[in-house]
Amino acid sequence: MDRERLGPARKGKRDFVDSLDFSPEDYQRLFSLADSIRENPARMAKACSGSLMATLFYEPSTRTRLSFEAAMRRLGGEVITVADPATSSVAKGESLADTIRTVGGYADLIVLRHPKEGAARLAALYSPVPLINGGDGAREHPTQTLTDLYTILTCKGRLEDLTVALCGDLRYGRTVHSLIKALTRYPDIRFLLVSPEELRLPDSVKEEVLLLRPGVSLQESEQLEECLPEADVLYMTRIQKERFFNEEDYLRLRDAYVLTPEKLQAAKPDLIVMHPLPRVTEISPAMDADPRAVYFQQARLGMYARMALIADLLGVA
Amino acid sequence: MLKVDRIELGIVLDHIRAGNGLRIFEELDLGRRESPVALLMSVPSTKLGKKDIIKISGALDLDLTKLALLDPGITVNYIEGGEVVRKVRPELPQRVEGLIRCKNPRCITAVEPSAPAIFELVERGRKRYRCYYCGESVTV
Ligand SMILES: [Zn+2]
Repeated sequence: MDRERLGPARKGKRDFVDSLDFSPEDYQRLFSLADSIRENPARMAKACSGSLMATLFYEPSTRTRLSFEAAMRRLGGEVITVADPATSSVAKGESLADTIRTVGGYADLIVLRHPKEGAARLAALYSPVPLINGGDGAREHPTQTLTDLYTILTCKGRLEDLTVALCGDLRYGRTVHSLIKALTRYPDIRFLLVSPEELRLPDSVKEEVLLLRPGVSLQESEQLEECLPEADVLYMTRIQKERFFNEEDYLRLRDAYVLTPEKLQAAKPDLIVMHPLPRVTEISPAMDADPRAVYFQQARLGMYARMALIADLLGVA
Repeated sequence: MLKVDRIELGIVLDHIRAGNGLRIFEELDLGRRESPVALLMSVPSTKLGKKDIIKISGALDLDLTKLALLDPGITVNYIEGGEVVRKVRPELPQRVEGLIRCKNPRCITAVEPSAPAIFELVERGRKRYRCYYCGESVTV
């Protein structure tokens, strides 16, 4: 598709649509920037002053929207938002392409969350300004991946030579798919995939991962306890009720994948426990006091990572 | 049988599946050419029983990347000085715009009809394409 046909875009405009759109070097640039912002927030507090970010959320996600808005405001920028498309022009049948072109005329950066798969790809084609995918259906949520990688790097000091256990819904969990693919690009990563039979990692994702790094270790298990002693990182996800045909299966499986301090006794002392949040029952509140639980820190690091991304895309880094 | 003059310079699309000629004529937008074009339909063929043929005079620079998707059995004959100088089977294009629709009901193209359908070739051997937007695979 010729970009020129769709309208003017800023020269060299970059978007963040897919977690693999950025190379490991790109990620490293963002991590270094996020580190320097964390160390000295004042230095970047006015970096985006005079810039305007639009957040277009076609499905609700208060958490993600707040994280982006906090990030932009901490950089001194302004935010305009459409949090409820049901009352806006979208409800009047305007196409996404037209909305994006219009909003791209007002703002310097767009964050889009949309229930349809590939919506951000389409929006990036039409947007005259950089576009960030804040989640498109079941497909991608790249700033969650950015957050996850930054958390691992910050807490473990490295992104290579790690045993990463992922637990829960590996079949439908898009954050898990993106994270596995992104981590596969780093050397010596071993994956332990812990899920009930029904919620195993899809073959299509396994194929992609093996294409990225032939021979990468993907070990499947149904027992969380069995994997814990080896893991450096434990990534927990929510098991959703609507994935199951009957209540009994759901309850049985849900409880099998609940993380408690007892289960964690066998784990390494420097393990980190992550979760994209919100959690429901899969991590017992008793876990929160354990220093290995980093999920709230993860949410905070996500804001710094988004600050770095915004500054980078706006060219003010 | 109908007689159509040999062409001196141009392209002959041979072995088009009978009945498919008109669609190919339209997809290649041959009605807009200034030099003569002939569409022959239901021509007796030893190989196919019946076939369609399109003779396009005057140019060798047609974009034929769609052909492999429209009818993989086609033979493309390049004619210069009244002789066939090159015979090729069309290859699957790396990128296709507009010919394939995505079947994933959750894909943005399902609700945004103005979106240009774009597919990228992922596996030539298995003729597998992937939707540029949602990543859904199709085999052509
Ligand atoms: Zn699609």
